[in-house]
Amino acid sequence: MTNTITIDGKAVPFEEGQTIMEAATAAGVYIPHLCHHPDYTPYGSCKLCTVKVNGRVCSACTFPAAEGQDVLNNTKDLNDDRKLITQMLFVEGNHFCPSCEKTGNCQLQAVAYHLNMLDDHFPLFYPHRKVDASHPDVMIDHNRCIFCTLCVRASQQHDGKDVFAISGRGINKHLIVNAESGLLKDTDIEATDRAAHVCPTGAILIKRTGYQVPIGQRIYDHHEIDEVSLLTEQQHGE
Amino acid sequence: MQQFIQDLVAKNHYQATRLLDMLRAVQFRYRYIPADAIELLAGLLAISRTRIISVIEFYSFFSDTPKGQYDLLISDSITDHMLGKKELMNYLADKLQVAVGSVRGDGLVSLDNTSCTGMCDQGPAGLVNGFALTRLDKSRIDAIAELINRQIPLAEWPAEFFQVDDNIHKSGLLLSQAIAHGDALRAAFNRGLKESLAEIDLSGLRGRGGAGFKTAMKWRFCSEEQESERYVVCNADEGEPGTFKDRVLLNAYAHQVFEGMTLCAALIGSKQGFLYLRGEYLHLYDKLQTVLQQRREAGLLGTGILGQALDFDIEIRLGAGAYICGEESALIESLEGKSGIPRNRPPYPVTQGYLGKPTVVNNVETFVAAAAIAINGGAWFAAVGTEKSKGSKILSICGDCTKPGIYEYPFGTTIQAILSDCGASDVLGVQVGGPSGTFISNREFDRKLAFEDLATGGSFIVFNNSRNILDIVHNFTHFFAHESCGFCTPCRVGTSLLKKQLDKIVDGHGSAGDVVALEELCQLVKTHSHCGLGQTAANPVLTTLERYPELYQSRLKLISYEPGFDLDAALETARRMANRNDAGAHLAQTDASGSLPIASFPPSLAVRSS
Repeated sequence: MTNTITIDGKAVPFEEGQTIMEAATAAGVYIPHLCHHPDYTPYGSCKLCTVKVNGRVCSACTFPAAEGQDVLNNTKDLNDDRKLITQMLFVEGNHFCPSCEKTGNCQLQAVAYHLNMLDDHFPLFYPHRKVDASHPDVMIDHNRCIFCTLCVRASQQHDGKDVFAISGRGINKHLIVNAESGLLKDTDIEATDRAAHVCPTGAILIKRTGYQVPIGQRIYDHHEIDEVSLLTEQQHGE
Repeated sequence: MQQFIQDLVAKNHYQATRLLDMLRAVQFRYRYIPADAIELLAGLLAISRTRIISVIEFYSFFSDTPKGQYDLLISDSITDHMLGKKELMNYLADKLQVAVGSVRGDGLVSLDNTSCTGMCDQGPAGLVNGFALTRLDKSRIDAIAELINRQIPLAEWPAEFFQVDDNIHKSGLLLSQAIAHGDALRAAFNRGLKESLAEIDLSGLRGRGGAGFKTAMKWRFCSEEQESERYVVCNADEGEPGTFKDRVLLNAYAHQVFEGMTLCAALIGSKQGFLYLRGEYLHLYDKLQTVLQQRREAGLLGTGILGQALDFDIEIRLGAGAYICGEESALIESLEGKSGIPRNRPPYPVTQGYLGKPTVVNNVETFVAAAAIAINGGAWFAAVGTEKSKGSKILSICGDCTKPGIYEYPFGTTIQAILSDCGASDVLGVQVGGPSGTFISNREFDRKLAFEDLATGGSFIVFNNSRNILDIVHNFTHFFAHESCGFCTPCRVGTSLLKKQLDKIVDGHGSAGDVVALEELCQLVKTHSHCGLGQTAANPVLTTLERYPELYQSRLKLISYEPGFDLDAALETARRMANRNDAGAHLAQTDASGSLPIASFPPSLAVRSS
């Protein structure tokens, strides 16, 4: 007996306990996402992976796959809305791709390319956010944080530490670190930690590695995020 | 401080789930949560400091900088504004010589706004050190300023300043006859527990918080879970602006609320219940504790309730100022001592709720109704109301009417009948269900109170023709932006964008296309938000835009292009850098041809180099 759902008309098998995202990834179907990573507990906050399951709007990364689901994913309406949600992430922070070290390797930028985002659409917030360069090897540029909690989860679930957390409410949400001083230098993070490398944007960077790969030779300069995402996440899933 | 925190944590049995209660105590004592207290709490509770900081920064009633010895918060509900809140606030700030949102230089007093405090029938209202103040007017403010400046302790302030009236104006099925203590439990045991659940099923009772899920079905699902530990939670986080019926039920019918919870415990097999009481209702806390104690002494709580094999007790947990905690999974997170962020569903609370165990969360009124049904039977309840909405609904009526207060109606009652009863005249419209509900115009008063027509958790705000609809929408839209938990992108960013876009139009800076952009944004926030807050945050705009499109259009400037900022001023830096100040270095705000004066430069995206 095989469990099957359909995604955009294509039959996709799933195992009991899998989410729609997991089943899709295994079957080579890309669903745009930023806060999802196959190694960590699903979180469901970015809402880019919004799909329609039997007409109902759901987050593919958290919603369990179940027999009889007819899932809409790669439709014009959903991609239009995903583009708007991506634009929300851009205007909320301070994302200046041309001067960002992460450009070309940034998933936020790559998703924006993928969804054909050509402008910000919404008015920019220009929030005042800080840079924490206190740590000798790792830095945080809060301007680029999208509150996906991947660093929070990677630190707890992979590194066996508890370096990061999201604090505040509403539009005042912000990343905090676990030190009495509130500074990264006083945490136990190390440059080798997964949490220091998992950021999908340029909010957490490793010092003294900047621009080692020239702009123009970076991942998303040559590959679409759907292709990269499926390749890397299928390996992770195994 | 060390001793104080040590004692506090010991008193709370070192349970991190009670973090909010402990932080409330620290805030009350020190007027803020000192960094040292965070370190001590983290050590004693064996949780990370970041968890404590995130809780402090999430809830409105916690502060990481000192508040005044007298901390005054004035309710920002639309109903308080209709009663002259703005002018009173200015008067108060002037009288106390303190700016809104700040602490006076001598540290004696701080003043700020707060979301609706649930006193809409006796506003303008506020809180002083957490305790409700009602019927504020200039003379009362004079007296309060005097008391504060003379540093008179709250205990010596005139009692009438804190007086909260029930204002029950119309009683129906539930309010006309409070049950005798223990009768619902006796009836349930006599009838049989299975049979009693069947009666609740027969009654057709649906959740009174607004969503309307069938109560018997929720209880049955919970009881069928393969777990030995189950919880009963009463949602008394009555935060929807304009709602205050739970405040009255908890004041006048507390026994019946607790009896309904105990009944639920008997039917689903639970040993522990929680009343999650919104922080704004601190004034009810001691009284409710007394009622719980009375019930323990009467054998209606504790072990072997009524001599049966039922052990159950109820603990009261106070909130700390967060509307989102009315959402059941956010409420559970809060009960666990965390920020109130709604969970992903499934799993639903009936399967995995408090501490991951099956949990029933119901509204205060639902428990009151369930207790009455246990005595009178399902048919008694189902005989009232409509086909899809059985029984009665308790409304909190406020706004432009002569008799604001509590009214109980059979479902199916028309809005017109309700308006006549409460003394409303010259009515422009009614906000049914609070900001997250629906605005109906005076052409729709034949509509009915029912899940299938106008559903409401109890909020019913009347507006007369002197009111400006856009002022109302402005108040509601700002409320949602303030209360968004920030978890998901569409609500976190979307509610702030809604606020900006609406303000732009209301302030007269909108141009052609801005109303369309507003509507597009509304649909996005409504469709993609994680929980009910975001899904309903656009309702104030959507329901009024549908009824009064001309109102929005009339605020737009009649030009084809209106820059959202001062073009010439934006060039100032460039002029300085270029050392130019000739005519060519200046821009007029609008071009005579109506075309774009300058090209726009989307700043964010780099051009892909491949």
